[in-house]
Amino acid sequence: MSDTSGQGIPDPEGPSNMIDTEYEVGQDNISMSMGPFGLDIHNPVFAISGLSIVAFVFFTLAFQDSAGAAFNDLRNWLTETFDWFFLTAANIFVLLCLFLIVSPYGKVRIGGKDATPDYSYTGWFAMLFAAGMGIGLMFYGVSEPISHFSSSFADNAGTPESWAPLGGAAGDAIEARNLGMAATIFHWGLHPWAIYAIVALALALFSYNKGLPLTMRSVFYPIFGERIWGWTGHIIDILAVFATLFGLATSLGFGAEQANAGLNHLFGVPINDVSKVLLIVAITGVALMSVVAGLDAGVKRLSEINMMLAALLLVFVLIVGPTVAIFTGFFHNLYEYVRYLPELSNPFGRDDDNFRQGWTAFYWAWWISWSPFVGMFIARVSRGRSVREFLVCVLLIPSVVSVFWMTVFGGTAITQLVNDGYQLVVDSPLELKLFAMLEGLPLQQITSFIAIVLVIVFFVTSSDSGSLVIDTITAGGKIDAPVPQRIFWASFEGLVAIALLLGGGLGALQAMAVSTGFPFTIILLLACFAILKGLHSEPR
Amino acid sequence: MYNKIMVPVDLAHADKLSLALDTAAKLSKFYNAPVTYVGVTASTPGPLGHNQAEYDQKLAGFVAEQAKTHGIEAHGKTVVSHDPAVDLDDALIKTARETQCDLIVMATHIPNVADHVWPSNGGRLATHTRASVFLVRG
Repeated sequence: MSDTSGQGIPDPEGPSNMIDTEYEVGQDNISMSMGPFGLDIHNPVFAISGLSIVAFVFFTLAFQDSAGAAFNDLRNWLTETFDWFFLTAANIFVLLCLFLIVSPYGKVRIGGKDATPDYSYTGWFAMLFAAGMGIGLMFYGVSEPISHFSSSFADNAGTPESWAPLGGAAGDAIEARNLGMAATIFHWGLHPWAIYAIVALALALFSYNKGLPLTMRSVFYPIFGERIWGWTGHIIDILAVFATLFGLATSLGFGAEQANAGLNHLFGVPINDVSKVLLIVAITGVALMSVVAGLDAGVKRLSEINMMLAALLLVFVLIVGPTVAIFTGFFHNLYEYVRYLPELSNPFGRDDDNFRQGWTAFYWAWWISWSPFVGMFIARVSRGRSVREFLVCVLLIPSVVSVFWMTVFGGTAITQLVNDGYQLVVDSPLELKLFAMLEGLPLQQITSFIAIVLVIVFFVTSSDSGSLVIDTITAGGKIDAPVPQRIFWASFEGLVAIALLLGGGLGALQAMAVSTGFPFTIILLLACFAILKGLHSEPR
Repeated sequence: MYNKIMVPVDLAHADKLSLALDTAAKLSKFYNAPVTYVGVTASTPGPLGHNQAEYDQKLAGFVAEQAKTHGIEAHGKTVVSHDPAVDLDDALIKTARETQCDLIVMATHIPNVADHVWPSNGGRLATHTRASVFLVRG
């Protein structure tokens, strides 16, 4: 006598949804023991990714000048030559997402028709936001609006040398402000989130509905068929690991510099390699504890703490800053964003080369190079949501939050500059601009302290979720690989960051990571096709 | 003495569980206590199935085989975890409480240095449930 009772993953309704493949998740994996620890890794993705990362680090350290120049040239060449391609692709991603929200495909549920969400709205949103762009908001929330405002207001706005968006508004403070805020929100609004949403939706669909492993290659089944289990798929996965690890490690290195500058500003902690290395070790240490605690007890909990701290800082600045101006500014900036959106997203016939290539195309390449990591992480935690709900929460709500964040931080900084002649927000180095803005407000000791803690916690949440993603890809899509593997990736990321920080080469390898945005743009365009094809066969 | 027995099973390594399974079956017969075989799986597709239906099917096959081979009353229960590599213990503790089992029979390995870093599954189950825990070294 026997019976079984299940709970959780409902079978997607109808036999046509599942992809009929003989491939078994983990069939190419090697299971072995290394001392007392077990390993379960994909052959050859794990070995090639790990070894090529080590080789690139050595190459960069050994030939610093030539490697730095080569990677920077490559990135600049890509963003200058293919700016139209990046801009067009990002527009396609936004339009596809908006179409899916209003189309009947929006009713398709990730994980099958009867699936229920794995996470509550707060936990889910905290995780996707912390992984998505948290740290960037800290770094650029003040500096980018100030940059665009300054270049738009400057006398040379509109000349080939100028970095102003859309020719700027020389001498016109009001219009320069509108442009500055619209251009910043453009880089942090619908387009980046659409990039993440496309990758996340594709992965979630092909994993939870079609039964393929949770790894980048699965998205390309409708295009390459069974070939994705061979080298075609290996290359896609290796590229994803490569972009993710270098993206995370270089950001960790730069983040340590910002946190060190902040700690120096606040407590007089010396700015030197020892402080920075200690910061990386501390961040990696907390990230390790988080990955060992797991997705629910570690990553989710830290993301929620992160969210609360960010909200606290936001409310603090909102109250002690120009409250009324911020509230009216929010709606005004939203309007300016919508007004300038067609012009800013236009890939052709523009004269603002510096802005279009150096800012927008760079940003799109950057977001796209992050998308395998963020997209895969969002996919993993999004089972049970309908496509419409998913896109509203991954595309529209974060975009609105970005508008609000930029209004509070960037808008306040521009108000300080224009109304009060507060020059410190312009004169400070990039990593201190946030602290300079906070210094112009009351209770700056408290707000600066929260800001530093937030920078550090944002890094931890990127590091731990990134390690989980890399571990899953290098384990062939298995999320239950032995825990030492995720410890290895989190530590490896910290070590690469330290090596690049001490040896020089953070900028060079970040340029390299951003350059992977180009092949991934092609991959993402193919993913759009795969999503449509995949959704078409799902019950609605 | 015992009314309900729970046996956690890793279907991917069922071949290594034979001693624990035999022990559980003998105890089940001796005490006339039904056995619930518990499989913990991820919500993503894995080696044991592209979705839960496939996993359930495999577990059902396993349970039926145990019932037939040993002539015992057997049930199967699938537990889905967000992060099974880490949450296995918690999933088993929760299931032990839900099934109200009073004996857990499970396979264990020879302790090594890793056990000083991560506490063993059996130890945690004994600490956090009311059931007796029988660790079978295979």
